[in-house]
Amino acid sequence: MNNNPIVEREKGLLELERRITELRAANTTQPVDMTAEIAALEAKYQEILHEVFGTLSPWEKVNMARHPNRPTALDYISRFDRFDELHGDRQFRDDPAIVGGFAKLHGRAVMAIGQQRGRDTKENLRRNFGMPAPEGYRKVRRLANLASRLGLPIVTLVDTKGADPGISSEEHAQSEAIASCLHAFTLARVPIVATVIGEGGSGGALALAIADHVIMLEHSTYSVASPEGCAAILWSDSSKAEEAAARLKLTAQDLQRFGVIDEIVPEPLGGAHRDAGAVVSRVLETVDGALTRLSELPPNRLLEERYGKYRRIGTWHADAEPLPST
Amino acid sequence: MPMPEWLRTRRSKDSGHRDAALWSKCPKCGEVLYRRDLLANVDVCTRCGHHFRMGAYDRISTIVDGDFTEIGSEITGGDPLGWVDRRSYGAKLHGDREKSGLGEAVVCGFGQIGGFDVGLGVMDFHFRGGTMGTVVGERIAMLLDEARRRRVPCIVFTASGGARMEEGMLALAQMAKTSAAVTEFTEAGNVLITVLTDPTTGGVAASFAFQGDVIVAEPKAVIGFAGRRVIEQTIRQRLPDQFQTAEFLLEKGAIDMVVERRALKEMLVRLLEYTTAGRQTAAQ
Repeated sequence: MNNNPIVEREKGLLELERRITELRAANTTQPVDMTAEIAALEAKYQEILHEVFGTLSPWEKVNMARHPNRPTALDYISRFDRFDELHGDRQFRDDPAIVGGFAKLHGRAVMAIGQQRGRDTKENLRRNFGMPAPEGYRKVRRLANLASRLGLPIVTLVDTKGADPGISSEEHAQSEAIASCLHAFTLARVPIVATVIGEGGSGGALALAIADHVIMLEHSTYSVASPEGCAAILWSDSSKAEEAAARLKLTAQDLQRFGVIDEIVPEPLGGAHRDAGAVVSRVLETVDGALTRLSELPPNRLLEERYGKYRRIGTWHADAEPLPST
Repeated sequence: MPMPEWLRTRRSKDSGHRDAALWSKCPKCGEVLYRRDLLANVDVCTRCGHHFRMGAYDRISTIVDGDFTEIGSEITGGDPLGWVDRRSYGAKLHGDREKSGLGEAVVCGFGQIGGFDVGLGVMDFHFRGGTMGTVVGERIAMLLDEARRRRVPCIVFTASGGARMEEGMLALAQMAKTSAAVTEFTEAGNVLITVLTDPTTGGVAASFAFQGDVIVAEPKAVIGFAGRRVIEQTIRQRLPDQFQTAEFLLEKGAIDMVVERRALKEMLVRLLEYTTAGRQTAAQ
């Protein structure tokens, strides 16, 4: 995550913010009235904020989704009424890139499962930058199956560059681990609500995102491959990631038009981390609303509708027109 | 065995495509092989036993007893994202159709194998690297749905570089679509046998390929989730040659068996016998 252009651009704004705070403090203690100067600075600040973050390109959204201060899965889960983490795949180990367990959300017992990246280098190393290994996906499958049997709705939080691409992950059959997650989510006889809170990268993200209701944060992304991966695959040049990001239609707004996702939760100007508390509350309310609606449906109906929804996704007719681009 | 009608029609349509080439060179041992000898040996090098990447219709002709009724061929590609890079996606599809004689990267249909009625899906690497977009996902799901209605087993041969980039999230969503179809199919009491051929990777490996009740692979087939290059770049070292081969996966417990192509039909018939025997008893 070096040289995140969003982080770079934020620097000037943060400096301005600091100066405004200083001036405000000084204004109360010093005899000279600086109200006019402060107002001018604040106007300037708002102007720059709108200029920099008013409209974000797909590549800027990718970097917003990867912002180191963006709220992570545990930032959401810690705001549930309560959460008791369950660990391990019962076969090999506990994968720290996946957190999951029993939880209560607005008084409702649920199974919460999320991909967890680190807030700093040390935690990122422990959590493998939020890239789950097969053990992580087997933990997800175990918790999803348990939730289905107990009648607990499943709430997932998606935030990963993708599944871990390592030797040990291949040795432990990463493909099978993801495939069995997809199977478990298509089979679960309980409502599933998935929210993409950051980066939704490839099959590793989809493994937690087959759901009756899929929500995305305004500046999160969800894609068949990371822009770097796509550029490497198609053009053998991962430096063309920005171009790939533009073509992949990976923004929440594009995906809502394609019918791949159901709802978008707005973020404050400048991104979710600018007011994490408000964003988390908004997401939890949206998830709760979806769960309330879905809980009305008997399990058979729920499964029928879920199957129908995924069966319909994707235009394949020769005469189908491409959707207009934004 | 006389050539069945469906294949004769097919072949005549194909003339001018790669089937017409007289000679093929084995990429493994360099032997120059007379194309007809190679086909008679189920696309396996007569000198070193290397398994060539097989065309879908050639594969079907070596597996079914006689007739094969294709379904879903009317479903062909759209361009949902309006993708253009050096060439437009539409032009890429058109070019691959011309070159391969295929409508898309999978052929699906129904036929008999050893007297058993089966649904058969065969992917072809020669079309867009066997990648899965909306058409592949839809055809596989259609096959499973129809096989569920007919209550017959399904055999799917995979050969794929993964999800198709040019269809973006709609390609990724086909993993969900095919998984949902597999779940409906197997939950209704039917059996899915998958045969992983070279290569089976990415989104296809991570969905229906590894959702098979019995998973067979061809010798030396490359099978994995992440591409070899991606892993090598991540860990900054070269991977051993054996890594991600069928034999490697067998040793790690990820697949049931590795079967040589010449023995494959016989093994499939045996598997069909076992996997349908219990159901006949259950139905009585």
